[in-house]
Amino acid sequence: MEQLKTLGRELAMGSHGQSKEFLDLIKSIGEARSKAEEDRIVLREIETLKRRINDADTPKRKMKEYIIRLLYVEMLGHDASFGYIHAVKMTHDDALLLKRTGYLAVTLFLSDDHDLIILIVNTIQKDLASDNYLVVCAALNAVCRLINEETIPAVLPRVVDLLNHSKDAVRKKAVMALHRFYQKSPSSVSHLLTNFRKRLCDNDPGVMGASLCPLFNLVSDDANSYKDLVVSFVNILKQVAEHRLPKTYDYHQMPAPFIQVKMLKILALLGSGDKQASGHMYTVLGDIIRKSDSMTNIGNAVLYECICCVASIYPNSNLLDSAADVIAKFLKSDSHNLKYMGIDALGRLIKLSPHIAEQHQLAVIDCLEIIQCLLYFMFSYAICKSNQMMISVTEFLLFSSGLDKKLPEADGGGWAAKDWNSRDPDDSLKRKTFELLYKMTKSSNVEVIVDRMIDYMISISDDHYKTYIASRCVELAEQFAPSNHWFIQTMNKVFEHAGDLVNIKVAHNLMRLIAEGFGEDDDAADSQLRSSAVESYLRIIGEPKLPSVFLQVICWVLGEYGTADGKYSASYISGKLCDIAEAYSNDEDVKAYAISALMKIYAFEVAAKRNVDILPECQSLIEELLASHSTDLQQRAYELQALIGLGAQAVESIMPRDASCEDIESASSNGGCYDNDSDKDGDTNLVVIVLAATMEVVSKVLATMVKVVVVTIAIVVDKNLSFLNDYVQQSLERGAQSYIPEDERIGTGNMNNFRSHDHNESLQHGLRFEAYEVPKAPVQPKATPVSFASSADTVPVPEALSSRETRHISSLGLTSEAGSSELKLRLDGVQKKWGRPTYSSPTSSASDSYSTSQKPTNGATQVDSATAVNSKVRDSYDSRKMQVEINPEKQKLAASLFGASTKPEKRSSTSHKVPKSNADGSQGSKAAVVPNELAVEKTIHQPPPDLLDMGELAVTTAPPSVDPFQQLEGLLDPSINSGIAHNVGGTTNAPDIMGLYSESTGSGGYSIPVSGDNVNFLSELSNAAVKATSGETTMTPLPQSIKGPNAKDSLDKDALVRQMGVNPSSQNPNLFSDLLG
Amino acid sequence: MGIRFVLMVNKQGQTRLAQYYEYLTLEERRALEGEIVRKCLARSDYQCSFVEHRKYKIVYRRYASLFFLVGVDNEENELAILEFIHLLVETMDRHFGNVCELDIMFHLEKVHFMLEEMVVNGCIVETNKANILAPIQLMDKSS
Repeated sequence: MEQLKTLGRELAMGSHGQSKEFLDLIKSIGEARSKAEEDRIVLREIETLKRRINDADTPKRKMKEYIIRLLYVEMLGHDASFGYIHAVKMTHDDALLLKRTGYLAVTLFLSDDHDLIILIVNTIQKDLASDNYLVVCAALNAVCRLINEETIPAVLPRVVDLLNHSKDAVRKKAVMALHRFYQKSPSSVSHLLTNFRKRLCDNDPGVMGASLCPLFNLVSDDANSYKDLVVSFVNILKQVAEHRLPKTYDYHQMPAPFIQVKMLKILALLGSGDKQASGHMYTVLGDIIRKSDSMTNIGNAVLYECICCVASIYPNSNLLDSAADVIAKFLKSDSHNLKYMGIDALGRLIKLSPHIAEQHQLAVIDCLEIIQCLLYFMFSYAICKSNQMMISVTEFLLFSSGLDKKLPEADGGGWAAKDWNSRDPDDSLKRKTFELLYKMTKSSNVEVIVDRMIDYMISISDDHYKTYIASRCVELAEQFAPSNHWFIQTMNKVFEHAGDLVNIKVAHNLMRLIAEGFGEDDDAADSQLRSSAVESYLRIIGEPKLPSVFLQVICWVLGEYGTADGKYSASYISGKLCDIAEAYSNDEDVKAYAISALMKIYAFEVAAKRNVDILPECQSLIEELLASHSTDLQQRAYELQALIGLGAQAVESIMPRDASCEDIESASSNGGCYDNDSDKDGDTNLVVIVLAATMEVVSKVLATMVKVVVVTIAIVVDKNLSFLNDYVQQSLERGAQSYIPEDERIGTGNMNNFRSHDHNESLQHGLRFEAYEVPKAPVQPKATPVSFASSADTVPVPEALSSRETRHISSLGLTSEAGSSELKLRLDGVQKKWGRPTYSSPTSSASDSYSTSQKPTNGATQVDSATAVNSKVRDSYDSRKMQVEINPEKQKLAASLFGASTKPEKRSSTSHKVPKSNADGSQGSKAAVVPNELAVEKTIHQPPPDLLDMGELAVTTAPPSVDPFQQLEGLLDPSINSGIAHNVGGTTNAPDIMGLYSESTGSGGYSIPVSGDNVNFLSELSNAAVKATSGETTMTPLPQSIKGPNAKDSLDKDALVRQMGVNPSSQNPNLFSDLLG
Repeated sequence: MGIRFVLMVNKQGQTRLAQYYEYLTLEERRALEGEIVRKCLARSDYQCSFVEHRKYKIVYRRYASLFFLVGVDNEENELAILEFIHLLVETMDRHFGNVCELDIMFHLEKVHFMLEEMVVNGCIVETNKANILAPIQLMDKSS
């Protein structure tokens, strides 16, 4: 028995002499029942290989086997780099099979920039010159995978020679090698592009077909240079479609469909927007659409490509009509695959502008309505909501009744709804449909579509796609929103469910919309809009876990408009705001928004001369924030505190009601709402507060000194504060000291006096108004926050404010000092260290960006400090200019190195004849194909050729949704095991196969996802049916009725394999199931 | 570059063949295969054979216990790829006769050779079964 087994094994494996070891390895991998087991096997294998492969005496045949075992190791996810070098060595071998295996392994193992490639290039060069064309082919395969930009020159001349090789297989691969070079580095082969045109006219259809690949790339890169080929392509396509190619290129009775598809793709590119070129194509396209067999997949694939082409080229009404017909067929098909293609194709037709659509009386319009209906049904909108939809539904029914059996209206709706809903929800289809919906959204249907999109968005968990859908919703809503109210509600939903995924800009837009209102002068409507926004937010606040961005919007709106309509009291709104700040206490942004909102609420109260009573929780929140580690929060809290203490008039001017979009010009450039960005606008905010605080102070206590401060403030942020002009003027009139530029400001040293005495250190950092006698290294502005924090704790409020302001002054003072030329050198060092060649120093960068970003408001308020900064600005400007000057040079260099895109010389089209059906003997030998038609017809009433014959296992046992990996894990447990299509032992096996068989015969009603597969059966039909039975013939005699003539062959083969030691009764019977069964 | 990779994976999620037309590291491959297989194997027979995953569109088809998964980019004709898979299976079937999973395992390199003839640079270049199999038959004879 043992002898027999060995004999069988040798027979089965032929003379290739795979060793028992190899067979055992395959067997154990095949029977592995969990990933862990597989890993164990592979790890053991790695150990074995490491030991053996370095043995110098290993015979070559054995080495080939080792290499294949290495392939397994990598394929199963483990590192086999220890054996790469042996694969490389094997490419040097003389024996063709070994050489090709070596090349195969190398292409699978190595990337084209791997160090070992250099060892292979030489071999490739040699092999390209070989007499044996198979060796040349093997080398060309490797060229297509391993040659990178640097090594192209080493093989290019040889590859070009091979374009004229006598063997078509070599020419074909040489074309593809050139194609690869073009992909890798277009400039390397720019002078060789005519070769692709030549090969388009090659005698061999295979070479012609291959040349379409590079031509497709060339045409998509530059269609205009290839317009002359339109006629040739059309001729070739016509001949292909007329069955003029050898029969061997047929696929399921379709003449060379893959070539047709490629050609149609190219024509679509060439005809796009070109009336003349498109004119050549109409006839052939019409012919193909007419002729294509819509019963087969491949026929539909060609049809689909035709539609894409029709949609891309200059429109032709007849073609568009037939395209629309085909699409309708696709959409109405039972096959989800065809539905998918139909939806995609429809999306392409829709791209045509409505103008063209009208002009050509397109059926597309009908399609649009159909699809709308489909969508309504798809989303189980069985009840029509509006008259318009009713009309569409009716039209849809008319349409379907025209092509299909007549459906009563009520039933019709049901039918369509059933069609979409009764099946498994198909995510791929849904996505495709949303893609289409997105394209056809108009203001009339935006509500429904966006609603559905949002529902879908909520239902999915894939963040990547959720983000995508959310952004689409926002885009559509912004573009088509029928009313602001709807827009706000929609945005609320998007924010609520995907707030963290959408761009922050969307939030800013929403706030701006609420603030700006309709843009018309309809104040009532605006305030109504705001009230409804406020109300909806107050409702939503209660929801747990809202996204941060959304909360920011809520806080802002509540702050700005919470008390606007008088419906809600200040204490109610402020209580809500405190709740938010507490509930999301680790989100600083939200807290910042909340505290700013509180400030606004209180400001409005103060301004309205109402008594502000701060709720205890608000008080504690403010206190907490006063001591916050975040300077931003702290600052806002201080501002709030300062503000409350001010008089009504001052507050009114600081915080005018509903003025977020109006007063502060500089702020409006920042998104419309001056405090909607907690980081950037903090300073503006601060300045306003400080100004207000100082105004009070001015009149009361520290008249002169603070006036200086105030004036300085105006100067510091001069570009921002054009609104201060009046005030400055006023102050001056009232006798305030006028502005003294920094460099003259020695006399203002007494400023220091007003700071509390024991802050020596912070004095040095924070408040230094006297100019330095000798330019020294600037005090790092970095240090100022520290001093600010320390002083702020102890000084009374107005003082704290002014001291904070001086921080800005000092840093700006530094800027101007930094302007002196002596300092430049030192700053250069800084520049290097910071790695920002554009800017000479942090301060200058600040001033620089200041002056550029503020330009719009710059105008008349240009004050001295700006000129003080000027020199510095110029410095950095110069350095930037330098850079600019370098760039073109670099560009030129780069262009000369890579960009020299010499246009392919035009070549008048040559004779584009494709050989008429080569009466070669070679095709005659393929007689096997011929009987097919008969066979197909014969079996057409039999169960559909079952690609899924093992599928019944899945149907009856494991639900498809079970995670395969969990299954694998579960396999360790025998009890689960037996449930999941793993039969242990021959006894259970036989009945199983029986069951399988009977099921596949009785599965006439079992719908295969791909319709029209009946014809797939081609050459194997005769013996296909036997397959399920063949494995087990010896054990289970099965009905022989459909056995074909080849049964004996398959039985023989099977017997041999089984003798080899792997047999169907072993652990994985699936290994034996005939794929085409 | 239409086709990005061709995978054959059985129902248990075990890889039987993997060919990538753009280089991915071992870790990337392992992760990608895991995700894709999980996604595709969970689908029912009614659902369409196209799944989007990251930048790829996966066209898949099942034959007995074996899944054929082809990753393509967005501009590829999915139905044609579906038929390309079938063509590959037919070609294997012509060579091996009643091809089964085990044939592919025992003759991994031959299946790769077939793929090498059919797909170059991610493009389908040969669909003529005789042309695809010729070099393999010649090699068989000569060795």
